[in-house]
Amino acid sequence: MQKPVKRGSGMGISWYNPRVRSIVYQAGVLAAVIAVVWFFTATAQENLERLNISTGFGFLDTTAGFGIIQTLIPYTEQSSYGRAFLVGLLNTLSVAVIGIVLSTMLGFVVGVARLSPNWLLSKIAAAYVEVMRNIPLLLQLFFWYFAVLRPLPGPAESIEALPGVFLSNRGLILPDPVLDAGAGLFFGALAAAVVAGFVLVRWARARQRATGQLFPALRVAATLIVVLPLLAWAIGGTPFHLEYATRGDFDFSGGVRLLPEFVALVLGLTLYTAAFIGEIVRAGIQSVDRGQGEAAAALGLKDSTTLRLVVVPQALRLIVPPLTSQILNLTKNSSLAVAIAYPDLVAVFAGTVLNQTGQAIEVIAITMAVYLTLSLATSLAMNWYNARIALRER
Amino acid sequence: MSVIDTMGPPQKSGSVLGWLRRNLFSSIGNTVLTLVAAYLLWLTVPPLLNFAIFDAVWTGETREACLGEGKGACWPLVWANFGQFIYGRYPESEIWRVNIVFALGFIALVPMLIPSAPAKRFNVIFLLVVYPLIALVLLAGDRPGLPPVPTSEWGGLLVTLVVAVTGIVVSLPLGIVLALGRRSSMPAIRMLSIIFIEFWRGVPLVTVLFMASVMLPLFLPEGLSPDNLLRCLVGVALFSSAYMAEVVRGGLQAIPAGQYEAARAAGLSYWQTMGLVVLPQALRHVIPGIVNTFIGLFKDTTLVLIVGIFDVLGQVRAQLSDPNWTVPQGALTGYLFAGIVFWIFCFGMSQYSSFMERRLNAGRGR
Repeated sequence: MQKPVKRGSGMGISWYNPRVRSIVYQAGVLAAVIAVVWFFTATAQENLERLNISTGFGFLDTTAGFGIIQTLIPYTEQSSYGRAFLVGLLNTLSVAVIGIVLSTMLGFVVGVARLSPNWLLSKIAAAYVEVMRNIPLLLQLFFWYFAVLRPLPGPAESIEALPGVFLSNRGLILPDPVLDAGAGLFFGALAAAVVAGFVLVRWARARQRATGQLFPALRVAATLIVVLPLLAWAIGGTPFHLEYATRGDFDFSGGVRLLPEFVALVLGLTLYTAAFIGEIVRAGIQSVDRGQGEAAAALGLKDSTTLRLVVVPQALRLIVPPLTSQILNLTKNSSLAVAIAYPDLVAVFAGTVLNQTGQAIEVIAITMAVYLTLSLATSLAMNWYNARIALRER
Repeated sequence: MSVIDTMGPPQKSGSVLGWLRRNLFSSIGNTVLTLVAAYLLWLTVPPLLNFAIFDAVWTGETREACLGEGKGACWPLVWANFGQFIYGRYPESEIWRVNIVFALGFIALVPMLIPSAPAKRFNVIFLLVVYPLIALVLLAGDRPGLPPVPTSEWGGLLVTLVVAVTGIVVSLPLGIVLALGRRSSMPAIRMLSIIFIEFWRGVPLVTVLFMASVMLPLFLPEGLSPDNLLRCLVGVALFSSAYMAEVVRGGLQAIPAGQYEAARAAGLSYWQTMGLVVLPQALRHVIPGIVNTFIGLFKDTTLVLIVGIFDVLGQVRAQLSDPNWTVPQGALTGYLFAGIVFWIFCFGMSQYSSFMERRLNAGRGR
């Protein structure tokens, strides 16, 4: 709403000149903000001196002296606070990425199930959404961690859900995939197939645009991705085998161990977020006009083709922006880890490190900066994707 | 295929069997889905019902009642601690004050929620301005002959409601100002609003609460150190203002430019345009959004327990570690109870929100 202002219209420097008024308002607000910031900074400096709290980021290099129960990079008690920060950050990212993938998949299933003509299935999906959405996430995390996972029996009486998959109060134990001699060839073939498939699809699309000739690129690419690795398997031998964990009296040996804290956090975040994503997916699909499907049918498109080329692309336009904010929410909500002692960024850094060093301002500022960066980066990436698939009007 | 297919007789629509065939077993795929769904139900519902109702312990004075093999939920634990779940450690002799606050809030809220009830304007002013002041005086005491009750003794549902209501009461006006700021034509004000909103929306509430409880005291002069609950209230209010601002902005964007132009043509000033023409329409559009923000805020209230304030969930957790009530099924019972409490509040609000949405859309559909 830019107001057109005629220059030199005789208003001059007068309160009734909107330009003058706007400058005065803005100067006033800016001055107030600067005054408040200055006041807080000055007070903080005074307080820090009085309380003898050191300032600056030098503490990042000092020895941390505490252990962390899950580390993706080498870390010992002799490592620095900076290292502890990295450990926490990686733990946050790993929970967020796994949670995003799982909740998106489950969310799509729930959203489609709610629209299913099957009465029972759609009612179950609706009940799931209403239960999960209306109970605080923190409560759900407590439920999974303190009421379900912690009271599980010890290793000796652990529940064997599937062969080699144990559930106990030590967490979820999975078989460990160990690479064999054929691994290089197998994964090389898989990567080559994916790249070839990608190139093929692009080439087919370009050719269709240029000449109108169709090429079943997707089908060929899918076949490549299945057949090439299988060939590699046949030539080079098995790529990996599963090493099953053995159950001891007090603990397991071997296998991959997922901590109960990690399992509870991923489970809670996934189930909670999936309910919201389910609603977004349902709204997106419902927003596609019935006539679109009918028009596609009238053109003679198959049901699956209609879905892939007509319904889903239009639904995605409505799904992507709110899905972005759910992905952001999940990432931010992973900070609830601190309540069940999973060592994420907040628990490690804003919890333990802050308590040990007392440098509240630096620690909180770093923590917030990380989440801000993650949020802004995710929005940028999703906005870019959104702009690519957005409806292009004149 | 002939043009005119021979049609079978119309399906009998009233019968149960016909309904089942149409909705559950119309095709092989559908039948498989029905069986999968039934299996899911069988996995979840009977164990839940057994635990919560059939195998549950309903009466008893001590934890011994709940001990033993095969016993479900320990409801005596909830009965015994019910007072704590609602009032926290609020002194027993002063609980009438909390009850008056609850009752007053209820009496003021009900006509507010009924669209046809009269005197909406006074109702809003009472609820957003007068009521919080009365509640503050009654709860904190110390003024008109009431003995003071420090906030460290507040807890349970009382704290949940105090945090949630403060959040909404502060965030509504602040959010409106921020939304107007974000759409302002003055670049400095627009930038400041955007920075404020994006900052609070970009960080998790947990870090905001940490900031409020450990960092805020460092920024305030010595001696002026507000208590923990007040600090959290500031954090929650700023946090929810940013979300409210985005909800209001959505409403502002839905107002056609013609409304602004007409208001200007009528000679209204900026504030008259906003206050008399734009905001009344915009806010009506976003009532469902405001209710949704409030639901989110209500659920987020639980996070205050991370900085040592006991809301309903915190209080339930605290009572679970009470040695008088340590029973194996205690955690499940406690969280089931807290879950039911939150579910009733949030589901009620979301139903109200969709009722308002239908009502507002009905008016537009004429």
